[in-house]
Formats: sequence, structure tokens, C-alpha cells
Amino acid sequence: MIRHWRLFVDSTFLYRFRRDKVAIASFSLLLLMVLLSFSSPLIAPFDPYDPAQIDIMDSDMPPAWQAEGEPRFPLGTDAQGRDMLSTILYGTRISITIGLFAVLLQSILGISLGLIAGYFGGRIDAFLMRLADIQLSFSTLMVAIIVLAIFQASFGTELYNELAIFMLILVIGIAEWPQYARTVRASVLAEKKKEYVDAVRVIGLGSGQIMFRHILPNTLSPILVISTVQVANAIMSEAALSFLGLGMPVNKPSLGSLINSGFEYILSGSWWITAFPALVLVLLVLVINLLGDWLRDVLNPKLYKD
Amino acid sequence: MESSNRDRKAKLLEIRDLYKAFPLSNSLLEQLQFKHGRLVRNRESVHAINGVSLDMYPGDALCVVGESGCGKSTVARVVTGLLQPTSGSIVFDNQRIDHLPPKKQLPYRRRMQMIFQNPYASLNPRMTVRQTLEEPVRFHNPGIGNGELKQKVEEVMASVGVDPGWSNRFPHEFSGGQRQRISIARALTVDPELIVADEPISALDVSIQAQVLNLLMEAREQRSLTYLFITHDLAVVEHFGSRVAVMYLGAICELADTATLFDTPRHPYTQALLSAIPRLNRDRPPHIKLKGEIPTPINLPTGCLFQTRCLYADERCRQERPALKELNDGARVACHGVEEDRIE
Repeated sequence: MIRHWRLFVDSTFLYRFRRDKVAIASFSLLLLMVLLSFSSPLIAPFDPYDPAQIDIMDSDMPPAWQAEGEPRFPLGTDAQGRDMLSTILYGTRISITIGLFAVLLQSILGISLGLIAGYFGGRIDAFLMRLADIQLSFSTLMVAIIVLAIFQASFGTELYNELAIFMLILVIGIAEWPQYARTVRASVLAEKKKEYVDAVRVIGLGSGQIMFRHILPNTLSPILVISTVQVANAIMSEAALSFLGLGMPVNKPSLGSLINSGFEYILSGSWWITAFPALVLVLLVLVINLLGDWLRDVLNPKLYKD
Repeated sequence: MESSNRDRKAKLLEIRDLYKAFPLSNSLLEQLQFKHGRLVRNRESVHAINGVSLDMYPGDALCVVGESGCGKSTVARVVTGLLQPTSGSIVFDNQRIDHLPPKKQLPYRRRMQMIFQNPYASLNPRMTVRQTLEEPVRFHNPGIGNGELKQKVEEVMASVGVDPGWSNRFPHEFSGGQRQRISIARALTVDPELIVADEPISALDVSIQAQVLNLLMEAREQRSLTYLFITHDLAVVEHFGSRVAVMYLGAICELADTATLFDTPRHPYTQALLSAIPRLNRDRPPHIKLKGEIPTPINLPTGCLFQTRCLYADERCRQERPALKELNDGARVACHGVEEDRIE
């Protein structure tokens, strides 16, 4: 364990991280956002899920630095009188949770199918990859809108609001597996020709053990890169769906549904209801993408710059 | 005679009429062709091995030599089960193994291990030396205790000349020669009887080659191993092999004891091959130059596989493929010319 830690500290990975200002800034900002949002029940001034704390008389307050603002609500309140800061903190937590779990689902599906396709090849490979092609020809949002709309129509809004978070994870998770499957398959095709795979086959190990214990650990770098980008994509998809009214309900808003709920008031002057969640969303997606880019450069040995 | 001694000994490995062809175009669309106004399905394949028969006896160090592309590595891979033969049989210790299901092959897999050419690719870069070496032992002895396992790994590491204290290092922390020692250790951990070595020293520095070769020879004596040694280096063969099989275009053209083969090469191809060894003495035999290129293994020549480049080929060679025939000194040669005494 200590040895692994020492290897990590001595690695080029950490060395290059310390020398890259963009990476450090992105990582700190991301860490800050994750920490703040996940400790929101402790640090947020209000609980937006508790109707007792919401007063309709407080609605539509501008941010504290404006003339009509109150210091109780640093970023103002929305149309229902919820404190924007608290709501954004809780909303970010929901967005990140959906993003992470959707990517977890994607990666489990995509990595297994990609490993199987790449390792066994032949007809299994052709079948799985055509399936992926077909799935990729539908856009994620289109699939998600159809599935969520049908669910909402057939089971009612009540049940939908309860299950929204699981439905979003499922839909975004299942719709994007081909990204993983293709990346993993490409790496597996390169790895399985190497002699260490032949060596374990001569020992007699079964396909499952060879795939997961030997090939998978050697395909981790592209998986890591694609995972960061996919988290950002999943957060964006969730925000888009919520913005269209198919995502998180208004009483448990994610960043997307917050932007949506403020959109109705943007022309009446209440810009802050949309602007602040939008800013957080843009920052969140931007730092994740910047980190993903940096990771891709570091893990690709052909791209050593300085 | 030595050959009669051999007949009494049990064969460890017996390869009979082995063929291996790799289909060239996989998909149906690639196979379809227009010929004379008709749609024809044209299936081509690369004939990598064309009828190889070999016997190996315990204690042998059988070297397989030949130019690149002659199917030596394919023979190694078919023997170790990495590839399925197209036809023919492989008998290991009186048990035919090539058609057994993978589960039933396991006991034989343990007794037959392989060493690979490229020491930089043959160790998993994400596993420490200890993990790499423990895996085969644990796999073939599921109930082994941790202490026994550690002892086994350390014993094998010491025997190949790698300090057991380095067992927590990763492959990238070793040099090529050390890595090759570790791959040899991995093969030795399960106490095999047969080791198939696919050009194990050709990727190494010349100064390291001798060390690794000596290590393999020591292991052969200490552990009574049998080697199937694939190489293209004739100097290594002379030093290391007890018998030599010369391959050309996927078939064996001459199989003999090392001394016999180097003293009296019979087959025209063997003669040409041996004349290509650089020698320092002045009375070396003149270099035999072969005409043309090695034919493509997709469309094999008719008759003898070597007839397109042979200096002695006649009508019979172009029609009929010669079989491997034993001569009175134990050497086996597949050549009509030798059989008819046309070639000295």
C-alpha cells in the first residue's frame, strides 16, 4: 500500500499535474463544487425540500448586493421563495449524482460488452458493434425524451416525480454505452495480441479471468479519459432533459430544472433564477472537460509536450 | 544406434500430419468475386503448416529452424494450444490433447509451458513480478497455502537468477534480459516437462543471449526438461540443440541429430541454409545462392514445396511431394533427389 502510494507520488502523472495550472485550477474548482454540494445539508442556509422553511412572501428577491435584496438570501430567491444558494447547492448535488451513477451504469454495460466484443471477435463482435451503431444513430436525447415521455404518460406524473432520479440514471446510462464499448473494444483488440495474454492462455486461465484480470487493467487509461468526458455529457443530458420538463421535478430541482423554472421569469427581470444555476452548470461541465482533456494528454505517451 | 534407443523410450510429444491454414478473407462480401460473368465464392487461406510430423522424447532439445514465415512459430502455438490445428493430431504423453475441451486440457497445460520472443510484451505491465509468478501456481494448485506459495516463487526466482527481494517490482523496472528471466521463471513455476520456446533470445542483446541460453540449459539439466526450441539462429542450434528440424514453407524438409545435420546436410535447402552461416576459416564451402523468393503460402507450389528454388529439381519433384524418409544414420530427409542418390 505504502509502495503504491510512493509510486503514485513519484509518477509523471503527479509531476505533470503540479506543473499544469489549468489542471490544478480545474481540479480545485471541481473539488470545491463537489465538497460544497455534497455537504449541502450541513452548510446550506435553508432546506429547499422542507416546505416549512419556504415563505411565499420571500419570492422573487434579487441577490443581496442589489437594492431590494436581503442578506438572508445572498443569491436571491426564486418564484416560490426558495433561497437560490441553497437550492443551487442541493441541485448541484443531484446533477453530480445523476452524472456519476449514469456513467457508472454506462461503464459497467459498455466495458463488459466492449471486452466481450473485442476478446471473442467474430460474430459476437459484429453483432454487438452493429447494435452499438444502431444505438448511436439515435441521439441520446431523442431516446431519453421518448422513454421518459412514455413513462410519464402511462404511469402518471406523481409516480414519475418519485422515480425521476432513477429513470434519468437508467435512461442516460443505457443510451450511452456504445461510447464505452467502442473505446474498450479498440484497446482490447490491441492488448489481446500481446504476448502476456498468450502467456496466461498457455497457463490455462479461462476467458473471464483473462479479460477482467489481465486485459481490463491495461485498458484503463482510455476508460479514465472517456469517463470524465462522459460525466460532463451525462450532466448536460440531465440538464437538457430537466429543462424540457422531463427531468427532475420542481420540488426536487436539479440545475437543469432550476434553469427551466427561472426561464419563465427572465423577461420580467428576475434574471438571477436562471443565471446562477446556469453559471454553475457551465463551470461544472467546463472544469470536468478541461480535466478530461488534460488526462488524455498525460495518459497518451505520444503526446509528451514539455 | 541412438535411434533404436529412442524407440524404446516413451514419446513425450507426438505430432502427426499437422496442418494449419488461416482463412484470408473472413466476410462473405470479401469472398464474392466476378469471374467470367459469374459470381464466384473464392475462399483463400494462408497455409502456414503443411503436414508436420514430429516426435519428441524426454530430455530432447529439438530446435526448429527456418527462415521467417516458414511456420515455426505457428507450430509452437499449435502445440501449446494457442491455435487450433486445421487437421492432424497432437499426442502428449500418450493422450491426444488437440481435440479435448479446455477443462480437460488443464492437467496437460500445466506440464507444457511456453516462453515468448519479446520480453517487453510477455509480462503484464500492471502486475508485479510476484503476482505474475504466483498466478500460475495458484491456478494449478487451488488449495496451496500462502507460505508454500511464497516459498515456491522465491525458489524459482532464485533459480533463474532474479533476486527474490525484487518480487514487488513491476516489469518496467527490469531490463530485457531480467524480464526474459522472469518469463522463464513463470514457465518454471508449475514444474512443466515440456517447454516450448518461441525465439526466446532473438530480442535480446548478444551479451545477454548467452546468459539466457545457459540458464535454459541449466534448467534442462536440473529439472529434466524437454525443449521445443524455435529459432532462426544456427549458431544457437549448434550449441543448444540435441536434434534439429529444418522447416521450409510449413513443412519439415530435414530432421536429424544436431551433429549429423551440421556434418552432413542432405536436403538442398539445409545445405543452402548452412552455407549461409558466416565462418572465419578460409576453406569454408562455397555459399549456395538460392534463386528467387520464398513462394507465397497462399498458393503452394505443386509437388515438392521447395521445387521452385531447388537446384536439383526434376519432373518428379514438380509432380510428387516427397515424404520424410529415414536414412541409415537416423536423419530424416524429405527429398526425391536424396532418395534417388542424385544429390550427395
